[in-house]
This record gives sequence, C-alpha cells and structure tokens, in this order.
Amino acid sequence: MSPDVFLQHLVNGISLGFIFGLIAIGYTLVYGVVKLVNFAHGDVFMMATFFVFYGFTLFMMPWWLAVIFGIVVTILLGVGIERIAYRPLRDAPRISSLCAAIGMSFLIQNIATVVFGGRQKSFYVPPSLTTTFVIGGVRIQAITIATIVVSVIVLLLLTFLIKRTKMGLAMRALSVDFDTAKLMGINVNRTIAFTFAIGSALAALSAILWALRYPQIWPFMGVFPGWRAFTAAIIGGIGSIVGALFGGFMLGMVTILLVAFFPEAAGYRDAIIFVLLVVILLVKPTGLFGEKKSR
Amino acid sequence: MLKVANLNVYYGGIHALKGISFNVEEGKIVALIGANGAGKSTTLRSICGLKKVREGEITFKSEAITNKPTNDIVKSGMTLVPEGRRIFPNLTVTENLMLGAFLRNDGDEIAKDLEWVNTLFPRLKERKDQKGGTLSGGEQQMLAIGRALMSRPDLLMLDEPSLGLAPVIVGEVFKVIRKVHQEGKTILLIEQNALGALKLADYAYVLETGRIVLEGKGEELLNNEQVKKSYLGG
Ligand SMILES: Nc1ncnc2c1ncn2[C@@H]1O[C@H](COP(=O)(O)OP(=O)(O)OP(=O)(O)O)[C@@H](O)[C@H]1O
Ligand SMILES: [Mg+2]
Repeated sequence: MSPDVFLQHLVNGISLGFIFGLIAIGYTLVYGVVKLVNFAHGDVFMMATFFVFYGFTLFMMPWWLAVIFGIVVTILLGVGIERIAYRPLRDAPRISSLCAAIGMSFLIQNIATVVFGGRQKSFYVPPSLTTTFVIGGVRIQAITIATIVVSVIVLLLLTFLIKRTKMGLAMRALSVDFDTAKLMGINVNRTIAFTFAIGSALAALSAILWALRYPQIWPFMGVFPGWRAFTAAIIGGIGSIVGALFGGFMLGMVTILLVAFFPEAAGYRDAIIFVLLVVILLVKPTGLFGEKKSR
Repeated sequence: MLKVANLNVYYGGIHALKGISFNVEEGKIVALIGANGAGKSTTLRSICGLKKVREGEITFKSEAITNKPTNDIVKSGMTLVPEGRRIFPNLTVTENLMLGAFLRNDGDEIAKDLEWVNTLFPRLKERKDQKGGTLSGGEQQMLAIGRALMSRPDLLMLDEPSLGLAPVIVGEVFKVIRKVHQEGKTILLIEQNALGALKLADYAYVLETGRIVLEGKGEELLNNEQVKKSYLGG
C-alpha cells in the first residue's frame, strides 16, 4: 500500500473516529451527571436523521434549515424522554431507570417503524459535500473534512461550556454530590434537563454527519453506532469526555484500518472491538481515563 | 429569624424527630447539642429542604419554608455547612468557592466576598488552584465554611464543624465562627463538642433521641449538672 492510500485511510479513520467520539460523549456526559446509561441514545440519534429528512422533504425547508430544525426537535425529544421516563425514577434503585432506558429504546424504534415505515430512505446529501479533493495524491471527500472541522468546533465549544460556564460548573458539581449541589442553590432538575439537551444535540450532530457519510436511514440504524459508541465510552472510562473521544477514535481507526488492510477480516470488526473492550477492562476496569473511585 | 415548630421527621418507620421546636433570633449564635444519633443532622437537613418533613412548620424571615425546594430555601438567605464538609473533590478551591456564590450575579460583590474569605482563611488563597480533594481535613473544613459564606447568607448553619479535626484546628474553626458572627451573621451551630459550642453560644438546646430535653443560655447550660454529666465528661 502506498503512503498516499494509507494517508487517505487515516483521514477517513479520524473522521469516523470523531463521529463515534461525539456519540460516545453523549453517553458519557449523561452518565457522568445522572449515573444512567441512556440506552435510548442510539435511537435519539436515529430520530434526528428522520427529523432532518422530513424537514427537508415534507416541510420543504432549505437544507440548512432542515438541519437546524432536526437538531432542535432532537433536543426536545431527549429532554422530553428524561422528563417522562427518567425523572420520576430518579430516587428509585438504579436498575429501574436502566430498565426504563432499555424500554425507551425499544419504544422509539418501534414507534419509528410504525410511523416512518421500515424501509430505508435516502438522506439528501448536498452536492458540495460529495466533491472530492485531491491533495498531493490523497483523495479526500469534502464530507470527511467537514466532519473533522465540525467536530473540532463542537468539542471546543463543549470544553468551554463545561470548564468555563456556570452551567458547566453545576454539571460538574452534580456529578459528584446531589445534596451538596442543591445546597449551593443549583436547580437539579434544570441542570439535568440541560445535560440531556447537550447530549441530544450531540446525538443529532453526529447522526447528521453519519447520514451524510452513509446516506440511508431507517428505524434501526442507531443500534450499531449506538452500541459501538457505548463501547467507546466504556473503553475510555465512562464519565470521562476525553476518554469517550479517545475510545471513539480507537473504534474509528480499527474499523477503517481493518477494512483497508485486512478486507477479508472486516466482517469480524465488532468481534475485534469487543475483544479489545474485554482486554482493556481486564487491565483497567474503570476504562483508560476512568476515575478510580465511583460513587 | 428562624422558627421551628413541632417538627416531625421519619426515616421509613423510624421516628427521628419527635416534635422539635426552637427559635434562632437574629444576630445570635444558637447551638444544638446532642449525642450520636440524637437527630441533629436530620434537623438541619429538614430545615434546608433536603429531608422531607412529615409534620410541623419551619418559618424563616416570617415565611413558611417547610418542604420547599432546597435551591429556593438557599436563595432566601440561609446556607448549611454539611456534616463531613462535603467539598467537591474534583473541583479546584476557587471553583468550590464560586459554587457557593452560584445564585449571585453581583460580580463586584462576589469579588469582595472572595477577598474576605481569603483573609479569613489565608491557607485557601495559597491553595486556590488545587483540587479540593487534595486538601487536608482542616483545610477542607475551612473551604466548606468559606464556600458557605460566598452565598452571603443571613443565617449560617454548621453541622459538626469540629468533627475529626485536631484540637488546634478545632480552636481555629471556633475562632472563625466567632469572627463571622461579629461580621453580623446569625449562626445555628450543631456540635458534639458541647464545651466549645456552649462557650460560643448565646443560647443552646440539648437534643436527645429526637426530642429537645433542655434549653437555656450558653453559660447556664455549661453549669447545669445534667449537661456536665452527660456532655462535658463529668
Ligand atoms: N438515611 C437514614 N436512614 C435511616 N435512618 C436514618 C438515616 N439517617 C439518620 N437516620 C436515623 O435518624 C436518627 C437521627 O440521625 P442524625 O443523623 O440526625 O443524628 P445526629 O444527631 O446528626 O448524629 P451524629 O452526631 O452521629 O451525626 C438516628 O437514629 C439515625 O439512625
Ligand atoms: Mg449528624
């Protein structure tokens, strides 16, 4: 394999890694604050693509508006799920909200199948994103670059939000101690709703980037990206944003490089990913960037 | 300033507070003393809305606050330094202090209060960028008090601030409480260290298994035979 082709795969892997990373951060953010694995995250991801799809085809919005519309409606969906399914169970044993999350996942998939139909639909990709650049022999699609640029901007904004704003401070306080956070005057319900809003916005963004890359959408499309990103979050150490990003990268790379170098083994990629997960957890049970102590 | 009337609180079937009533007058230091499990922490947690009250009435600045959300109660001008300090180990000293000022938007005044807290606890200033979890027990207690002061409360409640600290540090903590009081804060202090608390307090209540069994001026209780026997080691 020539260096050019290798570079091409590398850029591709980075781009896919960012998408997994963004989904994984959605899991890790919510887990960090409320200690709940939001199993419906992959399905919220799926719903985002349909919101954009219908915004564009049904409501005849310009594409950019359909994207904004999709993100906003997805945020409402995510916050709504927390409100009706998770908040009432907040003081219940953790297994209850976990079951609620799994149930919510199935519910969304099945409602989507009834409402949208089970057949695949084509997701519109603006022609400008399918152009291919050739930079010194390396062929790169515009969407690959756009994915990287968008991801970097989102990550910078997210870092700013968490490290430098009051809401971020409230989220970090809530992640270790609910009662003391309340004593600081933090409104727990509002902060958790905000956390779900951010998580859902990340799901929507990553879903749109995903659909631009693989432009077929259907009600179960969130299942595998969801599981892989969840794995990425665990590998990185759930609760850790850097960890989720790193885990996502690792998965993106493994996926792309496997297809590139060992095409005949590509069918085993999920098996390989899970072997990786098991090995990492055996060596470091809290994940690569996980905290030593949990609540 | 704070009125508690006939407070009844349960943990499942356990009747933890059996009709407690007491007052905290503005500008005073009031102490609540009692042995382990007497219900001291439960009393403070109920006042702050962290524990549900089954029966009774809590009034703060002439407004009923019984079972209101904690963030609203804190907003009305009281705060609690919780038992065991409960600082945020993952946040820096400065971030911990800023969380105390979470409900405030008056930037200049916040800066002034930060300056004040730093003069009260010079050690915190030296450690301002350090993670809260890396502080010593005494420093954590100071941070917890400083954090509470950052909300600029009218009523400051402290749950066993001397717990687990070396005698020298205990002395320092009590000194700071006195200083804060001189700056015009009303204080409700809970202690197992009855001697220190009674010396400091204008008025005190003795709590025993969920009931108030005795009350009086600080120095009166110090000389009370019953208190001497049970809480001051003879
Ligand atoms: N979470 C809980 N669940 C069940 N019972 C509790 C709980 N917290 C406190 N209790 C009970 O309520 C009673 C009062 O407890 P509380 O913590 O208020 O006592 P305290 O006076 O603060 O004691 P200490 O000096 O040990 O802090 C005790 O009998 C205790 O066992
Ligand atoms: Mg206690």
